[in-house]
Amino acid sequence: MPSPSLNDYLVLSAILFAIGVAGVFVRRNVITILLSIEIMLNAVNLTFVAFGRALGSADGQIIVFFVMTVAAAEAAVGLAIVINLFRHKESLNPDTFTELRW
Amino acid sequence: MTFFYFFAAVAVLASLLVIAQRNPIYSVLLLIASFGALSGLYVLLDAPFVAVIQIIVYAGAIMVLFLFVVMLLNAPHEETEHDERVHPLLRPGPMRFGGLLAVALVLELVWALVKANESGRFGSAAVSSVATIGRLLFTDYAFAFEVTSVLILAAMVGAVVLARREEWR
Repeated sequence: MPSPSLNDYLVLSAILFAIGVAGVFVRRNVITILLSIEIMLNAVNLTFVAFGRALGSADGQIIVFFVMTVAAAEAAVGLAIVINLFRHKESLNPDTFTELRW
Repeated sequence: MTFFYFFAAVAVLASLLVIAQRNPIYSVLLLIASFGALSGLYVLLDAPFVAVIQIIVYAGAIMVLFLFVVMLLNAPHEETEHDERVHPLLRPGPMRFGGLLAVALVLELVWALVKANESGRFGSAAVSSVATIGRLLFTDYAFAFEVTSVLILAAMVGAVVLARREEWR
């Protein structure tokens, strides 16, 4: 069997990204939506590492390092917002957060 | 190759199950499994540093934060106007449309990749040394690295301000 090519990794990454997109579109739970965003970030990370490997460069891995930092910051702030929303609404359904709707 | 397909299958299956669970706790645990499979893929890509921080930072820190919040809120049920017994992925209306959109996205991306046909075998020159990455982080990427620390500080302050109770204000 041939070893996996760059294309195989890119296809896998595309599938994972689409799963994340589907999660954001389909689910009505703020925590699951945040988890879907994490899936998408990881799909992109896989692309970065695969391209870095194909180009023989360490830059892909360094970008992944930064993406992970941003993901950590996003998770911390996002979850703080979720806690606050749950405290006010007793619900995790994004359809109930309509105060800003005109 | 076998390892690649094994890890890819685990990652895709676990991610699919993440968005198909009703209870967020199972979602978080399955996402940790998905991250483990991705970490294996990083090892296959000669990126041991990324593989290790994937486990330590993502599965270890971020997912524990998620798990902590899920358990803190203790709200396993997804409240919608729809019937609670219908599986979340099978509910009608915009959700079905969202699923279609995701399928269209994956078809389009795979089509584009097949057309582009990056047949590229990976070359032999892999940068897998952690020392190289560390040196790059503190030379070429020093500014971005320092800005990242400011970002983390801002996120920390923001999380504390957002999550504290009203009466403390």
